[in-house]
Amino acid sequence: MSMDLDLTEIYEVFFEESAEGLEVMETGLLGLDLGAADLEIINNIFRAAHSIKGGAGTFGFLGISGFTHGVETILDQMRDGEREVTEDAVQLLLESVDCIGGMIEHLKNGEPDDSPAREPLDIRIKKMLENSGGATESAPASGAEDAVPASDCADSGDDEIVKAWNISFKPSPDILHSGNDPLTIFKELALLGEMDVTADTEQLPGFQDLDPEELHITWNIALKSASDQQAIEECFTWVIEQCELEIECEETADAPAATVAAAEGNTPPAAADKAAKPAAGSAKPKKKASSESSSIRVGIDKVDSLLNLVGELVITQSMLKRFGEFYNPEVIDELRDGLIQLERHTRELQESAMQIRMLPINSSFSRFPRLVRDLSNTLGKKINLVVSGEHTEVDKTVLEKLSDPLVHLVRNSLDHGIEMPDVRAENGKDETGTLHLSAAHEGGNVVIKVEDDGAGLNRERILQKAVEKGLVSPGENLSDERVDNLIFHPGFSTAEVVSDVSGRGVGMDVVRRNIIDLGGQIRVQSFPGKGTSLRISLPLTLAILDGQLVRVGGEIYVISLLSIVETVQIHPDQIKTISGSGEVYLLRDRYIPVARAADEFGVMQEEGARPADLLVIVETENIRFGVLVNELLEQQQIVIKSIEKNYKKVDGLTGATILGDGRVALILDIPGLLQNLKNNGSLPHEEVELADAA
Amino acid sequence: MSTNTENADNMDNSGEFLTFILGNEEYGVDILSVQGIQGWNGVTRIPDTPDYMLGVINLRGAIVPIIDLRVKFNLKTAEFHSTTVVIVVRAELEGKEHVLGVVVDAVSEVYKFDHGAIQTNPEFANQQVRDVVKGLISIEEKMVIILDIDLLISDWVPDLDALDEAA
Repeated sequence: MSMDLDLTEIYEVFFEESAEGLEVMETGLLGLDLGAADLEIINNIFRAAHSIKGGAGTFGFLGISGFTHGVETILDQMRDGEREVTEDAVQLLLESVDCIGGMIEHLKNGEPDDSPAREPLDIRIKKMLENSGGATESAPASGAEDAVPASDCADSGDDEIVKAWNISFKPSPDILHSGNDPLTIFKELALLGEMDVTADTEQLPGFQDLDPEELHITWNIALKSASDQQAIEECFTWVIEQCELEIECEETADAPAATVAAAEGNTPPAAADKAAKPAAGSAKPKKKASSESSSIRVGIDKVDSLLNLVGELVITQSMLKRFGEFYNPEVIDELRDGLIQLERHTRELQESAMQIRMLPINSSFSRFPRLVRDLSNTLGKKINLVVSGEHTEVDKTVLEKLSDPLVHLVRNSLDHGIEMPDVRAENGKDETGTLHLSAAHEGGNVVIKVEDDGAGLNRERILQKAVEKGLVSPGENLSDERVDNLIFHPGFSTAEVVSDVSGRGVGMDVVRRNIIDLGGQIRVQSFPGKGTSLRISLPLTLAILDGQLVRVGGEIYVISLLSIVETVQIHPDQIKTISGSGEVYLLRDRYIPVARAADEFGVMQEEGARPADLLVIVETENIRFGVLVNELLEQQQIVIKSIEKNYKKVDGLTGATILGDGRVALILDIPGLLQNLKNNGSLPHEEVELADAA
Repeated sequence: MSTNTENADNMDNSGEFLTFILGNEEYGVDILSVQGIQGWNGVTRIPDTPDYMLGVINLRGAIVPIIDLRVKFNLKTAEFHSTTVVIVVRAELEGKEHVLGVVVDAVSEVYKFDHGAIQTNPEFANQQVRDVVKGLISIEEKMVIILDIDLLISDWVPDLDALDEAA
């Protein structure tokens, strides 16, 4: 049968779509106002659940489809106004979303679609369905309603009356070719109520003519269920085109209701206790959902614009080709125009192609409402999450690598930043703390801020800790900013510093490391009693950077414009040596370390040439230092190419690029240079400390 | 490509080798690992690399390292003439394919011969050569030294110190 096909690829689609569906559900659930829920949101959640159920059913993941069915039922009741949107219900649904996610995760790993969370949740869902759920209209036939828990509810006019349905299902012979299996449908139907199926094999051809891939059986199904016709039809959604389906209703509500009720009565009552409070596990930090799918969903508009540009490029190309074939000096102006056009199109094409890799940061931010909700429950704090700029687009790779650091920062803010409600009240603040998560484009950068209105950093304790660790000598006078930045020092776990909540295992230094690896920077600003603000600035993309070309001896290097603060012309004699090897330059009352690019890279200086006298002041990790070069050349956008791909990582370089003339230029690794300076003792004492701390 | 080589091995155990000249000797590499040959156009030097690592070039948009075998093998002369060429080869290191260019004095011939005819484990005084040699073979009364391209880059494993630093 066609089930033997390799379905892995289609499974992937299902996984991806389910992940999206689950996200929709989660976002929707978190956005629900208790008591007065927006019908549109509930509808959205319901639809998402329904597609997951349908998809799972199609692929025979009965665990997921069965479980999701219960969830769907609750949602359906909410949708029809028969069930109030209570805190408990939302919590249960949220946990169910996690559970479905877990089941899908199991499937991805090639395990059966089950999850340890499933069973208790199943029981709770059943329990919830057994309670009429505070339906807004008092249901007269409440007995019947209670009796049929695991079913889709009836038309709101009909209330919950068990009806006998006669279904005649005549699939077309080629139904199996489409990958549909009637048995799956029957299993689905069986969830709606008591079912009796009779197969009609009269149409079966003789044995000689029998084609095992064709289906000649028709079925008559007697179903006793409170479901409405729509719910039954839904079971056949996937095959409706390939069968003759008749669904008739016999208006009888008799004995079966009792049978079902009896069956459901077996549910262990112990489950009720569990249902009352959220499962203990739910508040624990969720394991990182590494949705590192290698595919991107791209808006059709982006693809269209790309195609458009390619079209224009082709036109320009054919125009230029004509000039090449019939060249005469008179058309030189047109040729120049053509080349300008080509340049413009190429740049636009490049930008368009980059756009494809750009995703709204929302996909990273969207997890935070849940995280904040769970965490504030655990911590007993009241926190209001404000998200802005969630449509800011960021390169996919940046986005993926950004997720973990962000989670860490948010957790930190919640845990250590925002105070307990009573403390806040004492200090005359609003009991509810605010966490502001924002993203925005600033120049060629994406700036992401995590700001809270909490207590701010505890500078005294940080300083105390730094002295303990021997990072700062006692009595030393450090600026507030410098103290704040000590939290990025590897030895400083914030948990140790500010509170006793420990066991995170990740310190701010790891966060900083991740950000720097992405070519970005992180800064902390703290206002005692008012809050803390963490500012991450990242390059828009990892593939392209604005580069300053510099000449070092006879070679050309590239420095990222983002790290350049300024460039000053100096007299080479003004560079002073300190403690033997290090060199510094006095820039406006402040000594800054100097790295001679020619020495760092072993470039031969031409004899008799003017000594290098341009100092490019760069900044990384909050430290400024100068790079001595011979000449500044042009600034241009450069495409970063990996040296590691064919060779190996080279110290002091982040990569290479190809210049207009086809030559290769190397890109300076500014953080790496700083590391070198630290290693050979070129940093003045206090800078070393700051560098270690930063 | 390496799988192709293996297939060929299994079938008739014969292969083709591209040979080239280094100083006074003729060397050969499996032709299936050769991606192309191109003229010498200069490189961009990479700092802090061994002498024989000349630098990198732009090969159709990719950054490709260039090594000078004459320097690696400590040959007396490593000059650039009109016949000096770069043989672009593919080598495998820890399951990852690297493309690199090898500077040689001149390209010589393509020979077909039996893998079985390669005399393996020859003793070379030159450690640099011995480390990357697959074997020797006689063709038309000439001796050809067959190199194993993969061994040529075996010291390109990621710098462990660098990893430690990052961690």
